[in-house]
Amino acid sequence: MTVLSVRNLNIDLPSGDGHVHAARDVSFDVEAEELFGIAGESGSGKSVLSQAIMGLLPGAIISGEILFEGRNLLDLPPREMQRLRGNRIAMISQDPLSSLHPFYTVGAQITEAIRTHRKVSEAEALQEAIDILERVGIHDPDKRVRDYPHQFSGGMRQRVMIAMAIVLRPALLIADEPTTALDVTVQAQIISLLNQMRRELGTAIIMVTHDLELLSSIADHAMVMYAGNRMELGPGEAVLTAPAHPYTLGLLRSSPSHESRGALPSIPGQPPSLLIEQKACAFAPRCAAAMDICRQERAPLRNFADGTRSLCWLEDKASNTAAAVPAIPEEPPVVAQSSDIVVKVSDVRLTYGGRSLFGKSINLEVLKGVSLELPRGKTLGIVGESGCGKSTLARIIAGLLPPTSGDVIIEGQSVLGLDRRDWVEMRKRVQMVFQDPFGSLNPRRRVGSIIGDPFRIQKVAHGAARKNKVRELMEIVGLNPEHYNRFPSEFSGGQRQRIGIARALALNPSIIIFDEPVSALDVSIQAQILNLIARLQRELGLSYLFISHDLAVVRHVSSEILVMKAGQVVERGETETLYHHPQHPYTRELLAAADPHYRKSGGGFADPQSSGAMP
Amino acid sequence: MSTEIKQRGSLELTLRRLLADRAGLVAMLFIIALVATAIGADGIAALTGHGPTAQFLDVGLTPTGLPVPPSGRFPFGTDQLGRDVLVRLAHGARISLSIGVVASLLAAVIGVTIGLVAGYFGGWVDVVLGRLMDLVMSIPVLLCMLSLVAVFGPSLPLSLSVIVFFSWTTMGRVVRGQVLSLKEREFVLASRSMGAGHLSIMFTDILPNLGAPIIIYTTMMVPTSIIFEATLSFLGLGIVPPAPSWGGMLAEAANNSIYMFAWWLVLFPGLALLFTTLSFNILGDALRDALDPASMRNKVQKKKKKTSVGTAS
Repeated sequence: MTVLSVRNLNIDLPSGDGHVHAARDVSFDVEAEELFGIAGESGSGKSVLSQAIMGLLPGAIISGEILFEGRNLLDLPPREMQRLRGNRIAMISQDPLSSLHPFYTVGAQITEAIRTHRKVSEAEALQEAIDILERVGIHDPDKRVRDYPHQFSGGMRQRVMIAMAIVLRPALLIADEPTTALDVTVQAQIISLLNQMRRELGTAIIMVTHDLELLSSIADHAMVMYAGNRMELGPGEAVLTAPAHPYTLGLLRSSPSHESRGALPSIPGQPPSLLIEQKACAFAPRCAAAMDICRQERAPLRNFADGTRSLCWLEDKASNTAAAVPAIPEEPPVVAQSSDIVVKVSDVRLTYGGRSLFGKSINLEVLKGVSLELPRGKTLGIVGESGCGKSTLARIIAGLLPPTSGDVIIEGQSVLGLDRRDWVEMRKRVQMVFQDPFGSLNPRRRVGSIIGDPFRIQKVAHGAARKNKVRELMEIVGLNPEHYNRFPSEFSGGQRQRIGIARALALNPSIIIFDEPVSALDVSIQAQILNLIARLQRELGLSYLFISHDLAVVRHVSSEILVMKAGQVVERGETETLYHHPQHPYTRELLAAADPHYRKSGGGFADPQSSGAMP
Repeated sequence: MSTEIKQRGSLELTLRRLLADRAGLVAMLFIIALVATAIGADGIAALTGHGPTAQFLDVGLTPTGLPVPPSGRFPFGTDQLGRDVLVRLAHGARISLSIGVVASLLAAVIGVTIGLVAGYFGGWVDVVLGRLMDLVMSIPVLLCMLSLVAVFGPSLPLSLSVIVFFSWTTMGRVVRGQVLSLKEREFVLASRSMGAGHLSIMFTDILPNLGAPIIIYTTMMVPTSIIFEATLSFLGLGIVPPAPSWGGMLAEAANNSIYMFAWWLVLFPGLALLFTTLSFNILGDALRDALDPASMRNKVQKKKKKTSVGTAS
């Protein structure tokens, strides 16, 4: 039975710069009990699509049809729509913390949801809330129902959100990036819970995500969006293993989770602006297999035998055409560097604390004795989930935060206890690239002066000489030097991260610390930045500390990996050894959670020991 | 790409939003007119041939010694001493505007400096400066002014200092709060990791990001200062007669209940005061909407809905 059927949907969002064409001629069907996946990079229109279904786009100009249980949602009066929302169509959002009301207990919020749509007594509703909490895997539901959202962990909160969404047995559940804000191990649990719930309750689920691999491994049908267009639609397995559209193929290739080392086959360029009315194939400017016709006319719809449909001029599946495979540049062998140690961290501890009002000392140990060594010209990856202290460690090594005890020695000199002049001098050796390409650039300053900042602060190169150096740097990291006078807001996320890298390179440091440099970027852009980082290391002989929660990324760039948990190093080793023969159970758990094929089998993390490969 | 989307600069976007706000536009026009009046006050005096303190005992007063109502010769009438209300109003605008603007600017400078230092350094600096702000806020303004006038006698510099002293705290608090969140941003950390000193971070990294709140709150402080000055003059603690000021004119009208007969003595200075403060407040609101579109999102959505309904039907 078809629950939802979207027909030729067009969505325009008015903005200060004109209309944003967020969706173009999108059609799909969702069957009961199905898990339907929508994948795409940011700005591809996937979230707008789910909001349109929920009727949460008041300002938008929408044409086409959204048929839900036979009724066109676009024609429904607001009151009718309100009756459907939460009752027949439910939604789970990305951030479970901000979607739960901090002031009411979890039970109160679930019973409110029930009593809005059904006439039941308070006690009955509460009983139902307890039942549903138990079903989503919350222990002691009759006690936890009286707890407030802040008393739950991130994963548990997302379970509560799911409970609230499915308590009324909706026919359709829209999950907008339900696991993006969660740690890898928790992600797998939430996905398997969603999977289980749809089978038990017969709810159709639309899952919106940027993680194509995750999606295709669990979804019955997957749809790939790009610039508001439905590029490909087909059975999940088929989309993952034999992508029909060059874009899907490019996305899958550019994610670093494959065995491949060396340069990633990235998709060149940037996604197009949605303000421009598209007349040809939206992907043509970035497509390796683009033909002349691609740039002139909208692509036709191709149907393939396995049920895949693709919006492309290619007659065969992209995965079968040789033209679509970009030549992977051969990685030149890394020049063997002298194996001196540039960074040596010995037994660093950090304790936040002090005394409480009654003289009892409360101490929060963030780092519990971390030691590491980074040889020159190499990359040391640090992996761990949020809160494990990896970013704090980075700041201590960069000298931005003094540790409680322990020592950090950079090129033979301790970074602790330096006087002001030596400290400023030390900045020329260690530089940092930050996670958030939006937050790490001052929005009120021009790019030229941001990249020129290190010169200004360190008082090297003035006037025209500085300007020339900045232009050189911009060229090195692949930015157009003509954009010297622009503000950061005029650049995309990937370009901003390039600005951050250029700034870090300015003083010719020997060590660069990358704190989650690609986690805020889309897959195709992420590959570009990873390639840039690798190229700079080869060309400039830099030593890297690379911090990330994403194992695939760390594995791709690092020669050695350190696994951290709760302020401690639980395992360290050569990358390949660590991947194929993990020793510590936590490493195995992480590895298992990051493997899409493992995720498909449905989780089961009760005994992580058994899931990893035995050494 | 053949069709390049033109990216509008932030200044252009701000101006566009500002000009699209009709109330803000009217307020701005009123303020411009007022400034013109204040600058051209001597011109008005020359045009009418009436000095601001000149008394026209023959034509400016009725035979019984009462003020003359508005007429061709005196468009806003005369006061109890036979002086031209219009000319005095124009000259009073000078005092009001200059005190309002100068006091707000001075208070803004002090408030921004103290807020920036308190927020940036935190710790005991923050505690000391925070308590200082609390202290200033808890001093009874009029009582303090009364005793100061008793000691030094009323004067323009004294009024100005008192107004500045009592109005920088709001700005200080706002800036401190903003700095507290700004200094945790990664670009500040990035600057620090490049070896930037405190002054460099405060002035090149943090201050430019405070532009919007500083402009908005300084604008909002102008009417408060004008009212403050008028209050002081009304109580005889501010501008010394016979120099014209709006507060002083209202005070003279209140004396001996002369306003019971000569309504124009209250109406015109009162309206001038009302519209000036109203205009500055509306301008401040418009500036906030223009500089910080996020705070206006609800408004925009409502507007959008209207247009979408229009296109749908």
